Formats: sequence, structure tokens, C-alpha cells
Amino acid sequence: VLRQLEGSQAVARTVAICRPEVISAYPISPQTHIVEALSDMVRTGEIDPCEYMMVESEFAAMSACIGASAAGARTYTATASQGLLYMAEALFNASGLGLPIVMTVANRAIGAPINIWNDHSDAMSQRDSGWVQLYAETNQEAADLHIQAFRLAEQLSVPVMVCMDGFILTHAHERVDLPTAEQVDGFLPPFEPRQMLDPADPVTIGAMVGPEAFTEVKYLMHAKQLEALDAIPPIAAEFERDFGRPSGGLLRGYRTEDAETIVVALGSVLGTIEEVIDELRDEGVKIGALAIKCFRPYPLEEVREALAGAERVVVIEKAFAVGAGGIVGQNVRLALSGLVSRVYDVVAGLGGRPITRKSLRSLFADVLEDRLALGRLHFLDLKRDVVEREFERMRRGKRPGPHAENILRDIGAVAARAH
Amino acid sequence: VVTAAELLASAAFAEGSHAQAFPTFGSERTGAPVISFCRIDQRPIRIREPISEPDALLVQDPTLLHQVDLFSGLSSEGYVLINTSRSFEELGLGEFATGFRRERMLTVPATEIAREHLGRPLPNAVLLGGFAAITEPAGLVSIDSLASAIRERFPGKLGDGNIAGARAAHDQVAAQIGGLARA
Repeated sequence: VLRQLEGSQAVARTVAICRPEVISAYPISPQTHIVEALSDMVRTGEIDPCEYMMVESEFAAMSACIGASAAGARTYTATASQGLLYMAEALFNASGLGLPIVMTVANRAIGAPINIWNDHSDAMSQRDSGWVQLYAETNQEAADLHIQAFRLAEQLSVPVMVCMDGFILTHAHERVDLPTAEQVDGFLPPFEPRQMLDPADPVTIGAMVGPEAFTEVKYLMHAKQLEALDAIPPIAAEFERDFGRPSGGLLRGYRTEDAETIVVALGSVLGTIEEVIDELRDEGVKIGALAIKCFRPYPLEEVREALAGAERVVVIEKAFAVGAGGIVGQNVRLALSGLVSRVYDVVAGLGGRPITRKSLRSLFADVLEDRLALGRLHFLDLKRDVVEREFERMRRGKRPGPHAENILRDIGAVAARAH
Repeated sequence: VVTAAELLASAAFAEGSHAQAFPTFGSERTGAPVISFCRIDQRPIRIREPISEPDALLVQDPTLLHQVDLFSGLSSEGYVLINTSRSFEELGLGEFATGFRRERMLTVPATEIAREHLGRPLPNAVLLGGFAAITEPAGLVSIDSLASAIRERFPGKLGDGNIAGARAAHDQVAAQIGGLARA
């Protein structure tokens, strides 16, 4: 059913028809509208049977999800930013125990400095937590990925994170084809737990494991994650057959056939990138894009194959490893080792800075005309004068003060004024 | 303001267009300046950046006119619709308006119309009604689709009042456009 609605509502309504039995979440911007809508639907009986568990924190939310999932319930939660970090210990427990929990991450920056806007620092910080990570490009895909996520999670008994850009998607009001409950029922069978806390047949989930077996349990985690690389494409193909539109999968190429330059990115920025690619193609530039839709497990072979023909690869990512460089960039480089491509690492959209067509055009021009240095991390639209002024302040004074406040004062932002 | 952009997008959707509405995301608190965007297109909308060069600008709170640079990026062919009972000249925008097409520089007293039809100074849907006088001739958003979108969002009396206000604003702006075009 075609509807015009907010991304958060599209996700909440889709999660609802996936028939979750336990939802436990703690509100945090920009995830709030999703869990508000779901708690409302549980209250009114629209999702039934389902228990919405009120908790005092994200740590408690994930802990409750672990218990519920271990008891055999289809379990869902959502969070963002600091909330995801607060869950960190429980995230590793969920994945270590192999519990098929599905979680929406409404991607948002991580403080300090405190910032509620979008980037991928939150999800990227937990990329090695053992959760599958899927990234949505649009609200349609965000909704669709939740259906696929439950299917994947329960098929392999692994937890799955659906990442959607906070505000940019969660708060965007646009057209979404909402699936019907019947469609979802045909695609997503009832949850058959691989392990279950059952009084009639008691087991221990979460036994202590010493050096004699820890490696083996961890090896199985890794093996199961890699299995997801084989499971995701057929799930996406079946989804397309049943629902009549492509969504999800491991990767998606855009005009990459004869591309000499390929832009790699995750999430909603792909739309803006595609607009610029169309403009450049009209001018005769052989450029395309590659969307990484599943970042964990990492589809190394598929990335290698998709980028093998390119001379230049520009990785645009909304997070970075401080003191090391690009995160997606390093993964892309790993896939390309031995091939001749030149890989540029570009960080963009941090803390909600808009990634504009204008800036992308200027970036691609720099790449195409060999003006961008290889082997170093680039920051799109970095205000160099602002940074230089702060370096100067650090050189001059013994106590230059906090960077954030200094810079806000320099650029005349309202937030720096005393009230 | 956020609701206004969403209503406009819903009305455009109902007419078969693709529409995307989104706010500038801040720590939302009542009273703070808020900007919201709406794109309408006949093709799926892929762009995710804020609108920096609008075709039309709706100003709900005229006290912002001289505090924030509202008009940067607006082309000389652009439309402006301000919620005010005063004229561009009285607002100190007389000289500014000369850079644009006069029949596209429009005002409507949306807050007063809202007071009359809703009993409350909520200009949101009313201002959109005024805007529909601009979009309707362009085949984009008609006052009737807007009324349906308002009805869906605000059932009952609240919807009735908003729709009546929107229609009143629509008629006023349509008359204003007619008058300016003849001038």
C-alpha cells in the first residue's frame, strides 16, 4: 500500500506486522518516533500478543531482549548513538549467545562534543560486536530490511542491526510502499528458536567457557556470520519476488559497468551521490557508485569483484577511526589488495553536516584531475581556517581552553553565547 | 512548520507526485526558529541535502525577517509568501522585492485567519492554503488535495477550522495574485 509518511512510522508499522512478541527499548533521538509508535500499537492491541517492556536504560533494554529471545520470543529493539554505546556489553552477549534479536539503529553521532545529528559513528563503533549490520538507503529500504532482518536472524540464529540515517531518513516524510501483514506472513515464518529456555526441557544458555573451548565457540560465531554472506542474496531475491521491488542484498552497483571511477558509500547519501553521477555521466565522465548494504559480515569477495575494473575508488564514509583513517576505506582497501586501484578515503557528513551535490562535484573533480592526495584521510568541507585558528591558539597559550567552545565562539554560533 | 511541510508533501503525494518533507533537525523546542523543507517532483526524489535554492519560501513568523537571512538562494523567479497583515513595503522589504517578480511577492494574514476560523493563532495549515493559490495553477498541489491532507491529519472540528482557514487564505492570495498581475 503506497503511503506518504515519516520514515520512523514506516519502520514501526513494518516491524509491527513482523509480529514481534517482545519489544524493549529506551527512547533516544532520533530513534524516539519508532519506539513511541510501537509502544502505542502494543497498548492498543494492534500488535498482539506482544509485551512492550519499559526499562530504565539501553543496557537494560538489550538485557531484556536477551532474556526474551532466549525464552523463544521474537524480539525487537531500537536505539542510537550513546544508547548503542550504553548497550555495548549486552550487544556482545546477544551475539555471543547467538540470539536472533533485530534492532534498528537510527544512526547518530557520538559525543563528545554532544551532537544529536546523523553520522555513522555509532554503528561503526560496534561493527565488530558480532551483529550483522545492514544499511538502508531509503525509507522504503529501511522498512523492507526489517522483514529481511527477522528472516535472516532467525534462519542463522544471529542478531541483526538495521542501520538507517537518523533524521535524514527517520524524520523524512516520503512515499513508502507498506507491505501487508499477509505478504509478511508469507515471507517470514513463525520463529522456531534454535535454542530456548524451556522448563520442560531445561538447558543453560550462557555457561562459562574456559580456554578449553572459548576459541571453538568464537570460531562458530565467525563461521555463522560468514554464512550470512550466502544467506542474504537469496533472501533479498525472494523478497524481490514476493514484494515486487529490490531491497537489501550485499551490494548494489549504480552505473558501474564501464566506470573508471567508482564511489563507495553506505546509507542514504547514495541518493545524492547518484544525482551527481548522472550529471557527470552526461558530461562523459565514466563514473559509478557502489552501495555497501551489508557491512558486517563484510562481503570482501563481492566488493573486490565489483571494484576490480575501476582505476580510482572514492570511499565516502560518515565515520572514521581517529588516528588511523577511514573504516570503510580500510575494508575496501583490503578487498582490493593486489589490484591497481587508487583508493581515496573521504570522511563526510559528520555530526549532521549536509553532504551536498556541490561539495561532491568539487570532490570528484579533484579526484578526476589528480588533485587529491592519496594515502591520507580527507575531510569533505573541512573549515581549514577554523582549524588553523585553533592550532594557533594551542601554540600560543598555556591553557587554550576547550576546542568545542573556542570554535563555536570563533564561528559565532549562538550556542557559544552565555545565557 | 514541520507539520506544514508534511501536509504539503501529503497533498502532493495524493496528486501522484513524489514528495519529500524534512525538518532542519534541532533540539526541537517551541519558539525556536525552525526551518522545514519540501521537495515535489514527478520522478522519485533521491537527493538528501537541505534545500539551499528554493523555488518558493513560506515565512510563518515575520519577526524572523530581519534576524535571519531567509532569502539567500531564492532565485529572481522565486515565490515568497509571508504570514503578515502588512505589505512588503511596511515590512521594510520594499526594496528587496524589486529584485523579484512583483506578482510573486505575496502576503496573507494567516495568524488572523486562523484566529477567526480556529479560535487559535495557529497559522500552519492556513498559510499552506495561501500557498495552494500558487501551486494550484502550476498543477502541483490543489486546495482540495490540501484540504484532504489536513482532514487526514486533523480529524473533527480542528480539521474543519483549518480547512476553512486554508480556503479563506487560498482565496485571498488568489485575488492578490490576480490584482498584482493586472497592476
